[in-house]
Amino acid sequence: MAKITLSKLRHSYYPDPSGPDDYALKEIDLDWSDGGAYALLGPSGCGKSTLLNIISGLLTPSEGRILFDDVDVTDLPPNQRNIAQVFQFPVIYDTMSVFDNLAFPLRNRGVAEDVVRSRVLEIAEMLEVTDMLSTRAANLSPDNKQKISMGRGLVRDDVNVVMFDEPLTVIDPHLKWKLRSKLKELHQKVRATMIYVTHDQTEALTFADQVVVMQEGEIVQIGTPVELFERPAHTFVGHFIGSPGMNVLPADIRNGSAYFEGHKVEVEGRISLGEGLTQLGVRPEFVRIADAGLPARVRKVADVGRHSVVDAMVGDTLVKAISTGDLPAQGEAVHLAFTASHTRVYRDGWLATERAGA
Amino acid sequence: MRTENQKAWFFVLPVLLLVAFNALIPMMTVVNYSVQETFGNNVFFFEGLRWFEELLNSDRFHAALGRQFLFTGIILAIEVPLGIIIALSMPRQGIWVPVCLVTMALPMLIPWNVVGAMWNIFALPDIGLLGYLMNHTLGIPYDMTQNPLAAWITIIIMDVWHWTSLVVLLSYAGLVSIPDAYYQAAKIDGASPWSVFRYIQLPKMKTVLTIAILLRFMDSFNIYTEPFVLTGGGPGNSTTLLSIDLVKIALGQFDLGPAAAMSLIYFAITLLVSWLFYTLMTKDDAK
Repeated sequence: MAKITLSKLRHSYYPDPSGPDDYALKEIDLDWSDGGAYALLGPSGCGKSTLLNIISGLLTPSEGRILFDDVDVTDLPPNQRNIAQVFQFPVIYDTMSVFDNLAFPLRNRGVAEDVVRSRVLEIAEMLEVTDMLSTRAANLSPDNKQKISMGRGLVRDDVNVVMFDEPLTVIDPHLKWKLRSKLKELHQKVRATMIYVTHDQTEALTFADQVVVMQEGEIVQIGTPVELFERPAHTFVGHFIGSPGMNVLPADIRNGSAYFEGHKVEVEGRISLGEGLTQLGVRPEFVRIADAGLPARVRKVADVGRHSVVDAMVGDTLVKAISTGDLPAQGEAVHLAFTASHTRVYRDGWLATERAGA
Repeated sequence: MRTENQKAWFFVLPVLLLVAFNALIPMMTVVNYSVQETFGNNVFFFEGLRWFEELLNSDRFHAALGRQFLFTGIILAIEVPLGIIIALSMPRQGIWVPVCLVTMALPMLIPWNVVGAMWNIFALPDIGLLGYLMNHTLGIPYDMTQNPLAAWITIIIMDVWHWTSLVVLLSYAGLVSIPDAYYQAAKIDGASPWSVFRYIQLPKMKTVLTIAILLRFMDSFNIYTEPFVLTGGGPGNSTTLLSIDLVKIALGQFDLGPAAAMSLIYFAITLLVSWLFYTLMTKDDAK
């Protein structure tokens, strides 16, 4: 178990990158503390797998250093870094029994056979695969295969970090939930640093204490699930996390106030100065249907279970609101009110208002 | 009572007819010949199992069978490991992949009798490139028309040259189907190159390798054209393999009865060994 530091990390798959577009990873600086559960969240192709492979040593970064507990490991191959990785598709050694699969990483490192035995039994117990130990791994179901892949990562007690690269992709939906809680439980038991890569916000938010949101090779925000939800640092985060995502609305800034479709909108705090495209961001959870406010016309009401999503048009702009109370009818003229403490201005995508009270 | 739709049998009928005319009926005529003695003018005498008894007790048959097993054993022992080694060392991506694949496929595209003729000329002691090089440049006596060992070495090298590619191509197909994650996981698990081969590459190649070995066994056990063109079974009888001997009996001596009996035994051995081999290779999968 170790603290992980990424320092000025850049990576390009081209031999001579010329512009920032040639980089799959653009300048990553990150500190992950020992024993934490982290998630790397982002859409496909955002560089999260590249970052993971750099940490595991399968890729050498073009620039920058990786430190485990302040020791530079940038040039070490994967087997000398003491890491474990679980891949998207379960990797198991077909011809071996489940026991031998779990014992494989230990035996390769010359661990004494009685220690191997006790470690394997302990991990099998945790993963609830004890009854399968003597079966051939090839005959397991996909979710059990993936459990064995995880087990091979967890069986070594000296690992610096265990990494998961979208491990639930091939798992049936009803088993996904089970494995996810199993993983969370395992983290609490073994207390290893864990990094979980996914494009699924639910997986990231349920697994991790800290979520790193990436887009186009850049980290856009690092925070707890609550922080990402409550105060997205970038419109991308607001849109990517949440269902439905944050409303991102065109806005004009005049004399330090924000205007949307000609109406003044109260925001959380002072708007910073600067040039660029300005937008308003407000989550549907903080848009209310009220007696006064922005005039709007209801276009659609969708019942999604515990609440309803109301699509309303303010001028030509669609605003989504989440409503639990009395629902307006389609075509009805209503007024929308934004909760000021959760309404923010973004400039060129980045947060441009100060926290309330600051 | 549950009624079953039996209409499906009609759809099998055309195939059944096809197989009957190209395999079952010719085979039955062979069975018919094998229990009879033939003379000119289509005169037949029933002999029962006499040809089978004679054949199974004949030294000539034992010797040919021995040579056949020796030949097949040697070429399998060379071609399978060599094919795997070549497949492992071929590039998995890049511009050299098609170059390697085409180069590998070339020997298999050459007709069998051409292969025999090519190697015959190649190995001739006085004018062949190989023969001349060995005898006159390197000073190593080498004459496959006189020396049985030289003849054996030549037909084995010829077969290795002609057919190793089959093992290479099939193994290669198995190898490229292994996802990168397996190699990455093995690296992380600290596996040695031997372990990677033993626990990842070999198991993933197993299915295609089974096919490769089966095909090589059957083809080499039934081989006729190449050694016939190259050595004609000589010098003496030293390279007279089963099929060459069979043709000698059937068409040289026109002993159709004994030749038919030999064909059936030959067929039974090929079938038995193939079945044994296949059962052994796949028995682990059922566990």
